[in-house]
Amino acid sequence: MTTETKLPFDKEYVSSFSKEMSEPAWFAEFRMKALEQFDELPMPKPDKTKIDKWNFTQFQQHTVKSAPYSSLAELPEAIKALVETDAKNQTLYIQRNQTPAFLSVSEDLKAKGVIFTDLFTAVREHGDLLKKYYMTQAINADEHRLTALHAALVNGGAFLYVPKNVEITEPIQAVFVHDDPQANLFNHVLVVAEDNSAVPYVENYISTLEASATVANIITEVIAGTNARVQYGAVDSLEKGMTIYVNRRGVAGRDARIEWALGLMNEGNTISDNTTNLLGDGSTGDTKTVVVGRGEQTGNYTTKVVHFGRHTLGNILNHGVVKDSATLIFNGIGKIEHGASKSDAEQTSRVLMLSEKARGDANPMLLIDEDDVMAGHAASVGRVDPIQLYYLMSRGIPKTEAERLVIHGFLAPVVNELPIEHVKVQLTEVIERKVR
Amino acid sequence: MAGSTLTIKDLHVAIDGKEILKGVNIEIKGGEIHAIMGPNGTGKSTLSSAIMGHPKYEVTSGSITLDGENVLEMEVDERARAGLFLAMQYPSEITGVTNADFLRSAINARRGEGNEISLMKFIREMDKKMEFLEMDLDMAQRYLNEGFSGGEKKRNEILQLMMLQPKIAILDEIDSGLDIDALKVVSKGVNEMRGENFGCLIITHYQRLLNYITPDYVHVMMQGRIVKSGGPELAQRLEAEGYEGLKKELGIEDETVGQEA
Ligand SMILES: Nc1ncnc2c1ncn2[C@@H]1O[C@H](COP(=O)(O)OP(=O)(O)OP(=O)(O)O)[C@@H](O)[C@H]1O
Ligand SMILES: [Mg+2]
Repeated sequence: MTTETKLPFDKEYVSSFSKEMSEPAWFAEFRMKALEQFDELPMPKPDKTKIDKWNFTQFQQHTVKSAPYSSLAELPEAIKALVETDAKNQTLYIQRNQTPAFLSVSEDLKAKGVIFTDLFTAVREHGDLLKKYYMTQAINADEHRLTALHAALVNGGAFLYVPKNVEITEPIQAVFVHDDPQANLFNHVLVVAEDNSAVPYVENYISTLEASATVANIITEVIAGTNARVQYGAVDSLEKGMTIYVNRRGVAGRDARIEWALGLMNEGNTISDNTTNLLGDGSTGDTKTVVVGRGEQTGNYTTKVVHFGRHTLGNILNHGVVKDSATLIFNGIGKIEHGASKSDAEQTSRVLMLSEKARGDANPMLLIDEDDVMAGHAASVGRVDPIQLYYLMSRGIPKTEAERLVIHGFLAPVVNELPIEHVKVQLTEVIERKVR
Repeated sequence: MAGSTLTIKDLHVAIDGKEILKGVNIEIKGGEIHAIMGPNGTGKSTLSSAIMGHPKYEVTSGSITLDGENVLEMEVDERARAGLFLAMQYPSEITGVTNADFLRSAINARRGEGNEISLMKFIREMDKKMEFLEMDLDMAQRYLNEGFSGGEKKRNEILQLMMLQPKIAILDEIDSGLDIDALKVVSKGVNEMRGENFGCLIITHYQRLLNYITPDYVHVMMQGRIVKSGGPELAQRLEAEGYEGLKKELGIEDETVGQEA
């Protein structure tokens, strides 16, 4: 197989798409510039996985048109299970392929100045905010070929803005549905939490079909201002025909906290990069990731916390289960920059292999350029402990159930962190289905 | 109907090809409490592990039956559902699985599909038993044995015993590492189980436990065999003179399993 790197979409196409979406000039220019840079930029290089044969750039269609959902009652069952269909006053966005398909924002949040909308509406109506935060502070378009591709072709996503001093307690939810075999996802989520604000946000990426060859290039940016707190939960379950690049990055200001709880349950080959930049003194980055790999899948999951500010705390916890002949790689990176004194970089990565052919790898890396710091790491790759199974079975629990308990127990510390109860339940079900 | 009977005949057990048990005979009936004592490394835990079906222990000859059923043909979980229970010398820790979820799975595995215990009833039962054993009720929601102290683990084994109500239980050093209050509580739990439908094999190094749980029979294990059996007075004799007197009487020089009588 040769890998075609020339893009199937040119300047003319991007320009006309931008017009069709009524984007402001600056945004169209932003796309154009990224498109120009695409050719010169290198591909990203995730540790321990060669991706030069992976197809991130060749696909037939840039956007598809899908019908919106007129009410929550009309949602397909698989999607209904993710949302509260009878809740009033909830804040929920559902996107179907590229189409904004449902939006509800609670009156209370509207009154407080919270903005939650699809990305295109945000670009049109909140241009100043987008101009300030969109691919400027967390991720730049010119980092590598895939960020440039994303910037040029972004075709969906959401914008969440929480003004100063607004503390949200009820989780805000976005569901990105993939149900068209021609749909490629260039999805962008931007969360801006201003000083002293707090917000729990949860998103689902879900395929309801098994498509042919499609591409997902997903970017999330979280900007947490001084003393802001963002809890970011995600459950990704995209299908196996997709080649998936997903980059979720946060920037924490002084005393800010960014907490990630990621359930990465994709069936397709996946490169995931989750980075938290602790810019402000006293800020915290806490990342919990749970992964199940199966089939022929290769998944490479990098979790990184970079300490710039003093007294910053980074905590990475990765748990993965891998079966069949799948490959699962965790790269945990704690980086402490010069001057980030009194900082603490901690990480734990564990992989449980359930079959002979499954391959797991956990690579902890500590890159430290400052003397007065603390750091620690633990990593393990192993199999289900037969003595644990013996103990459970000695109480009458059958072997398959004992294995199920051990596997769920292994993943529980991460699953339990998800801020929405029924998403937690859903993740548990996805795990159940995948490990059986 | 009276209780069950566990019958062990001429049991030989090997680990990694090395023979540890060399012909053990013992029968435990419902209503009876047996104690096995013996120096370190003489095969006591090996016997209990072989009865329960630990994957590392290979039965090379002999038989184990429960009410005539061949235990050796059963998987570990089937043995448990048939009515056997082993309180382990070193219980496993299982992260992410709460004590309560684990116990409920174990109870439901016995009851079978469609006949699961109601959550309310389960919680009531568990709370009651935990109070009886003077356990902190929070332990129900903690991960199974994870971070439990030595004494807490032992109490938790007895909690499982009381919740699961087996026909025959083997308690392997349930008293090791317990302070006197914990020892009393654990004994209280075992005595609560006493009755004609419950048979018990207690492995211990200490007469102390047998002051609280009076055994009907006492056996001494050396060199992978039961070398002497008697009543409670045998335990008292061992407490008074140690194993030396008995070894002299039996003509045993080295009691460990590597040696032949
Ligand atoms: N997994 C194993 N591999 C090799 N040898 C073993 C293993 N388990 C036990 N043994 C050996 O078998 C013998 C009997 O061990 P066992 O644990 O049954 O003794 P015990 O009577 O229970 O001793 P203690 O009173 O110290 O608990 C010992 O010599 C021990 O080293
Ligand atoms: Mg022992």
